[in-house]
Amino acid sequence: MKRLRELLRKALVPTLSVLTAFILGGIVIIVTDFEHLSQLGTDPIGAVLGAIGGVLSGYGAMLAGAFGDPERIQEALRTGAPRDVATAVRPITESLVSSTPLIFTGLGVAISFRAGMFNIGADGQLIIGALASTIVTILMSGAAPSEVILILAIAVGALAGAAWGFVPGFLKARTGAHEVITTIMLNYIAALVVFFALRSDTLRAPGSTSPVSRNLTPIADVPTLLPLPGLRLDMGFIVALLMAVVVSWLLFRTTVGFELRASGFNLTAARYAGMSAGGSMMLAMALSGGLAGLAGAFLVLGTVGQLSIDLSGGVGFNAIALALLAGLRPSGVVLAALLFGALTSGGKTMNIVSGVPFDLLFFIIAMVIMFVAAPGLIRTIWRVRVPDPAPEVASVTPVAPSDPV
Amino acid sequence: MRLELREINKRFPGVLANDRISISADRGQVLGLLGENGAGKTTLMNILSGLYKPDSGQILIDDEEHVFNDPAAAIRAGVGMVHQHFMLVPVFDVVEAVALGAETVSGPVGTFDRAAARRRIVELSEQYKLGVDPDARIESLPVGVRQRVEILKALYRHSDILVLDEPSAVLTPYETEELFTIIRSLTATGTTIVFITHKLDEVLEVADNIVVLRRGRVAGTADPKTTTRQQLANLMVGRDVELIVPKGPANPGDVVLSIRNLRVRDDRLEMAVDGVDLEVRAGEIVAVAGVQGNGQTELVEAITGLRTSDAGEITIGGVHVERANPRTVSDLGVAHIPEDRARDGLIAYMTVAENYILDTYHREPYSRRGMFDLDAVNAGAAKGVKDFDIRTPSIHTIAASLSGGNQQKVVVAREFSVPVQLVVAAQPTRGLDVGSIEYIHRRLVEQRDAGAAILIVCTELDEVLAVGDRVAVMFDGRIVGILSGEDATYENLGMLMGGATFGEGHAA
Repeated sequence: MKRLRELLRKALVPTLSVLTAFILGGIVIIVTDFEHLSQLGTDPIGAVLGAIGGVLSGYGAMLAGAFGDPERIQEALRTGAPRDVATAVRPITESLVSSTPLIFTGLGVAISFRAGMFNIGADGQLIIGALASTIVTILMSGAAPSEVILILAIAVGALAGAAWGFVPGFLKARTGAHEVITTIMLNYIAALVVFFALRSDTLRAPGSTSPVSRNLTPIADVPTLLPLPGLRLDMGFIVALLMAVVVSWLLFRTTVGFELRASGFNLTAARYAGMSAGGSMMLAMALSGGLAGLAGAFLVLGTVGQLSIDLSGGVGFNAIALALLAGLRPSGVVLAALLFGALTSGGKTMNIVSGVPFDLLFFIIAMVIMFVAAPGLIRTIWRVRVPDPAPEVASVTPVAPSDPV
Repeated sequence: MRLELREINKRFPGVLANDRISISADRGQVLGLLGENGAGKTTLMNILSGLYKPDSGQILIDDEEHVFNDPAAAIRAGVGMVHQHFMLVPVFDVVEAVALGAETVSGPVGTFDRAAARRRIVELSEQYKLGVDPDARIESLPVGVRQRVEILKALYRHSDILVLDEPSAVLTPYETEELFTIIRSLTATGTTIVFITHKLDEVLEVADNIVVLRRGRVAGTADPKTTTRQQLANLMVGRDVELIVPKGPANPGDVVLSIRNLRVRDDRLEMAVDGVDLEVRAGEIVAVAGVQGNGQTELVEAITGLRTSDAGEITIGGVHVERANPRTVSDLGVAHIPEDRARDGLIAYMTVAENYILDTYHREPYSRRGMFDLDAVNAGAAKGVKDFDIRTPSIHTIAASLSGGNQQKVVVAREFSVPVQLVVAAQPTRGLDVGSIEYIHRRLVEQRDAGAAILIVCTELDEVLAVGDRVAVMFDGRIVGILSGEDATYENLGMLMGGATFGEGHAA
């Protein structure tokens, strides 16, 4: 009971942040709704109601796009036909599909941040993982059963991402090079490496002039979860959830995780306690990169089915935001990724159905992050009563909480 | 003005910081507020200065009730606060720093009237013999003078009640004497002073009346003319305290720590330890005395594996450790109590339990093959908290929320939680109150009597003489003398610390 209350207390600020961001998003929809607002002079009530209606239809479409359309769900329940069921559950499965790479990369970012390494390079690590998986799959085509190729390709993707993440960790530990600079630069390098690789005829889709790889689906394909037509939700999601458990275990139940967290909080004290700070940096970055690499592997081998330059769609950067939103807790990362996934997949529907631009999502996500970063604002807006913190704690806010959830 | 606090209550999550505290001070009086770290002194003063609101209780100034919603209200009512950590802009000069926030303005657009401010500051400085140069830059001033600038700031705002929070913590003994002179000249003109401290001698010297706080309550009041150090210490801690821990004669056994011709460079690559020879035997306490910055820090770092030495030998129990890392040294059974516990000894945002296993986490029973046994960790931490009387709401409380003394106890509890053959303690009692000092000394003597070799580095001669069986004086990177028994006197140590050589000192 006490634990539950504690959890609710921790979730309060993030939840209210999301709510506030949506309210502000609604205001933005209203003030940019020139079609209705231009009638303010002639029909003020109609104009305002119309604008509010626009918000409702936009958010309605987003909800339907994220979780499913009630009418279609009723239809599916009535007929029970596989096609109808697939249509009804597609929105929610698409939300989960969108959240899968976010879970992987979010966990990776959380690990590196916990260790005090500001890894901005998840995007690069992801694409390098995807490239490695693609190469393995294409080269091994026909040489082994597809299950073997699949598992090998995923493993190599994770390793490649880990190696790409290890580099900035190594540079920091050995030379003191700041990881923010090195990871950002390695993002560019990774993107260009992929670009060059896709010039090769072996990799590039036959007949294509744009830099995309061959379709990997016929060679190796991550099995889908639901035996219904047209649904992309696959094992990647399950693996992502497993990884959250593994990361949580690693951080809070193993000595390695203890070293990572200790070095992240206080490098000198960790050194005094006999830990190898450099080792923790390199390990954290490699693990972080490995998780991003997994995200890339599951994208090319499952969800997308081929490698392209814009494969990640900025997942690596959203991962930073959501890891912070999650308070660097693995369970929080999963929840935040589900939220972001639902927003992404709902946002597409919102755009198509109600014409509210997809970019509103970035506005909402940015607002959420801002509010989470400034909890005082949320407390003031919502008049949430929080007791005075104890005097010793009041002066400093921890960068990251230490308690496991 | 007369100050009275009546039945002040203040609760923080998990602690009753102030429990029906009533104190009063008449005009021109010095009220000494004495208490251990965490007794509630600072909370009480933050209430008085408007930083916190009490849950209940009254603040009366000249018998009129005041409610302080913010620090500005307290300042308006005439309460000035001099914090332990100064709140001065380093690049400002004294006039600007003092006037900041209370500027006299003139002219149509309200420009800062520097001349007027400067005049008043010079006047105040002369009236109370503060001796502050109004045009000096803050960052160029020594700590003692900066404190006087803080006092000036309060006076500039017409404070008739001045709260000094642990004012001597940052001062040298000479500066403390100067501070007392200033306090006397302030009270002579009617300023009421609340002097917060945990140092017994200071309240006895300067206070007109003493209130002792313990665990958030008034434990008693005392008259400095009739009370003794011992009585105050007992009142503060709540039991009979030994100001000097009794110990039998040392019973030195085999050499545990042996240092031969050690040379160590500091961060600027200068030779900080320049040819040190030292031996510490099992069952004895060797205290390294000396003015800070004579190579003690580097010596300790070299022994504990944190710093690589340039030349020479260090052996611990016969094992060479010149090239060892901290883990290897610690696994040899070396307890290290670092000088700056907040920075080096603790991870502030980890829990008490996590800090308790900070350097033993990789061993059984806490972990096996890299995996924690959380039951063992919790049981170990609970035992440490109990054995070492660490005052914490729970073992899962973050270390940052403990008082300084309790943080130090976490470090000591951890270091002594495994069998040790050598204890290296740097300034183990700096900033601690009498109860904790007694406690730490007692534990050190206990370890000695259990057969450990103990090396403590200390700048306070009182402490050196109280616990050291032999005293090695360090000066300019060398051990300039090792004294024991009757030779170890204030005078001899003082001479050696200043760089003189002592003819009859015994070489190790």
